[in-house]
Amino acid sequence: MARAQSPRRRLIATLAAWGVALTIFFPVLWMVLTSFKTEASAVAMPPELLSADWTLENYAEVWQRSDYPRFFWNSVVISIGSTLLGLAIAIPAAWSMAFVPGKRTKDLLMWMLSTKMMPAVAVLIPLYLVFQRIGLFDTKLGLILALMLMNLPIIIWMLYTYFKEIPAEILEAARMDGASLWSEIVYVLTPMALPGIASTMLLNIILAWNEAFWTITLTTTKAAPLSAFIASFSAPQGLFYAKLSAASAMAILPILILGWFSQKQLVRGLTFGAVK
Amino acid sequence: MKISHRALLGATVSLTLAGAALAETTITVATVNNGDMVRMQGLMDDFYAKHPDIKVEWVTLEENVLRQNVTTDIATGGGQYDVITIGTYEVPIWGKQGWLTSLNDLPADYDVDDLLPAIRGGLTVDGNLFASPFYGESSMVMYRKDLMEAAGLTMPDAPTWADIEKAAAAMTNRDAEINGICLRGKAGWGENMAFLTAMSNSFGARWFDENWNAQFDQPEWKATLDFYLNLMNQYGPPGASNNGFNENLTLFQQGKCGMWIDATVAASFVTGKDSTVADQVGFALAPDNGLGKRGNWLWAWSLAIPSSSDAQDAAKTFINWATNKDYLALVASKEGWANVPPGTRTSLYSNPEYANIPFAKMTIDSINAADPNAPTVKPVPYVGVQFVAIPEFQGLGTTVGEIFSAALAGQKTSDEALAEAQAAVTEEMKAAGYIQ
Amino acid sequence: MSTQSTRLAARLMVAPSVFVLFIWMIVPLAMTLYFSFRFYRLLTPERSGWVGFNHYLWFLNSPDFWLAIFNTLALVGGVLVITVILGVLIALLIDQPVKGQGMLRILVISPFFVMPPVAASIWENLFMHPQNGLFSAITRGFGMQPILFLEDYPLWSVIGIVSWEWLPFATLIFLTALQSLSSEQLEAAEMDGASPFNRFRYIILPHLTRAITVVILIQTIFLLGIFGEIFTTTQGGPGSASTTLPYMIFKQAIVAKDIGRAAAGGIIAVILANIVAYFLMRGIGRHLDN
Repeated sequence: MARAQSPRRRLIATLAAWGVALTIFFPVLWMVLTSFKTEASAVAMPPELLSADWTLENYAEVWQRSDYPRFFWNSVVISIGSTLLGLAIAIPAAWSMAFVPGKRTKDLLMWMLSTKMMPAVAVLIPLYLVFQRIGLFDTKLGLILALMLMNLPIIIWMLYTYFKEIPAEILEAARMDGASLWSEIVYVLTPMALPGIASTMLLNIILAWNEAFWTITLTTTKAAPLSAFIASFSAPQGLFYAKLSAASAMAILPILILGWFSQKQLVRGLTFGAVK
Repeated sequence: MKISHRALLGATVSLTLAGAALAETTITVATVNNGDMVRMQGLMDDFYAKHPDIKVEWVTLEENVLRQNVTTDIATGGGQYDVITIGTYEVPIWGKQGWLTSLNDLPADYDVDDLLPAIRGGLTVDGNLFASPFYGESSMVMYRKDLMEAAGLTMPDAPTWADIEKAAAAMTNRDAEINGICLRGKAGWGENMAFLTAMSNSFGARWFDENWNAQFDQPEWKATLDFYLNLMNQYGPPGASNNGFNENLTLFQQGKCGMWIDATVAASFVTGKDSTVADQVGFALAPDNGLGKRGNWLWAWSLAIPSSSDAQDAAKTFINWATNKDYLALVASKEGWANVPPGTRTSLYSNPEYANIPFAKMTIDSINAADPNAPTVKPVPYVGVQFVAIPEFQGLGTTVGEIFSAALAGQKTSDEALAEAQAAVTEEMKAAGYIQ
Repeated sequence: MSTQSTRLAARLMVAPSVFVLFIWMIVPLAMTLYFSFRFYRLLTPERSGWVGFNHYLWFLNSPDFWLAIFNTLALVGGVLVITVILGVLIALLIDQPVKGQGMLRILVISPFFVMPPVAASIWENLFMHPQNGLFSAITRGFGMQPILFLEDYPLWSVIGIVSWEWLPFATLIFLTALQSLSSEQLEAAEMDGASPFNRFRYIILPHLTRAITVVILIQTIFLLGIFGEIFTTTQGGPGSASTTLPYMIFKQAIVAKDIGRAAAGGIIAVILANIVAYFLMRGIGRHLDN
């Protein structure tokens, strides 16, 4: 949409865009700033910025008080694991829906989305009991499965809409050349759909990383990810804003960095069929 | 890594000595994220030195999340935890259900008779001690000596509610953003209802009569709620219906409260390094109304062993270490007497070194002034000072807490709130089968 | 290209997804349905038995129930309106050829990477707090009394927080859609003298219809189940002013430990979600066809 614009208009647009973006980002920035203040400075009124007591103590204390690397590693394994497993199941499903659509394909998609309609709290005890009985409680595999299933409808939908934009003729040409179904998916479809797959992957890693109900409820020690790490710093007795901010920053920073580096991919593939 | 190496080494030594296989036992300990509990995790070297064959895995969570996870685990027989941190509310109920292991057979050096009687009584069911107190607390008045002096008042050691009202009126200075009094308003059975239930005892109110009929339609509750609402509306901070322990603590530390009636453990925070008023804080017993009961509560975070744990012996060893007199001495030697977990043992309060702590005497007096078995003026069918030790109370207390919180926010009159509370509690008690 | 064998292959390839999702749906649903007719309280396991429709009646007769339904819909609706309108505007703004576009995008989508409990506690403690929050500092700076967000405007506060969390998602999708808009079309319209508003109304908006539909659909599904932000900030209060249906269920399941009632609430929530989905599909579903 690059159109010729007067320099003045361009300046106004730039200023407005930056103003809005900084406003949206400000809470995150403020949290990070708070994490470097002393507790007393964090709650000072009027808020201190230049005069604040800056310190690294909060991070040191948070680091010392809990096994951050373990929580972090669990988060990494669970979010990446659930995403890869989800993709493995979803790519064939999305392929078949996109290229061999039946009369009920849309109903099927809607049904898949509807599996997300049961509020998590209502099925807390049922799922807890199931996980306990089949030995998935407090295991990374259990959380990988749970988060994969939770996000699977979204993965399938995203991939389906992206695949649909790929002209079927290309696949047919490949088939003429004698490509099997498998190689058609692996060598023709996947490379073409790579932006879509990449952004689906990113979106799901983010969703899995941020999930904070099941990851706390279905774990104790072995599989507890960063959401549980946060829960060990929120609302203790005493002043806690700065330490909570430090713990929060440590929990969201990895995914924030990933998001920052991959925002181009994320924007490119998140079409949901919006592009015609 | 260091720990497991040492544990391994210890195991190897025992192996050679005993000539028999001795496996390392891992126990999972669930705790709240309060300061005293976190401090314990920093002192584990002492435990590992004494018990190299036991490895401890921590689950440290915020109070509400911890309670939820631990309750679900124990009620479904999950067996995920070997040691759990629970309060005086849970112990009588869970003990009766057979979900906890009796701790009567702890070794002699545990010295069970040294436990404060009020605390020990709250953790014992049918002669079985089902949890060992880690720290105990009551509630008391914390006030600003400088503001009282400026107002020309002195705080009695054992004030009445009338004294409190007078002091609140005198200290309130809206222009200087000083609120005469800060009290809990945030809805929840462990938030505003802990305070209000304890307060109602001093007004002679009770949750239930001997036949489990709700008593919110009685004049004592009306007097309690009216007094509380009036006090808070006139002298309390803005937005108080969302203030819990933490919010009020922050306000007090910033010098924005003349008085604060809350947990005795807060004393070390308001006199600590984060407080701007540390050297101006005085302490007094929770107020009364001349009816023979004070408005203070009793709570003890305690360590217990679920019956479903498969490492009972190691768990007992750990509990004995963490709640023994030796542990208090250990904390004192490493971090000073002010940081010793308070409110569990008689010997601590007879220790001359501990008596120097400014709030030590008021804490023990407050704890001794609470009686969970006879919490209020009239007879009640339940145990518990600021709670009713029945399984339904978490739901009931939270429902009533929301209603009273709405009254504080000005959405309901006290009469409407009491009528609603009465109806809601009566209905729940019927559904739970206590009354017809 | 739908030969017999490709059809069969297609079936086989979609089967694993359908199978696992079916299990994932039916097992909890069946158990929830069963529990919803049972007396099942975690802390009194010795009492059990069938209770018929009592749990459902409890919800329907609860003084909070209709308010909770209203609040649930208001929360979903409020967040949708805010995120769609602001999302479109922000997407239009940062799609302009402005300086530092990459950085702008990063800033705008950053709330999406913040865990919901963290987001809620940032807003509650660092911004909306009547004494320590930044907002109160601002109002004080103007010599006014601080606004009691969580006490006087609890539902709006929650809507605001949730909107902040979901705004990046909406913006991202609109941004992606805008990038596929042909600039020739817009330029032609501009040459023909179409006003900026008309260009938006007749070219951009129709182009975004499908993206808006997708945003509404996906967000509705997520938003219908929200309770964590409410628990962190207002606890459904004051009173029940910000209690939603999921939060009511949360109180029964987590606070009162009444699994039977929570299960009945869950079934009611599924029914509500289906009603909402039905109207949604009737209203905007046609935009999904192509």
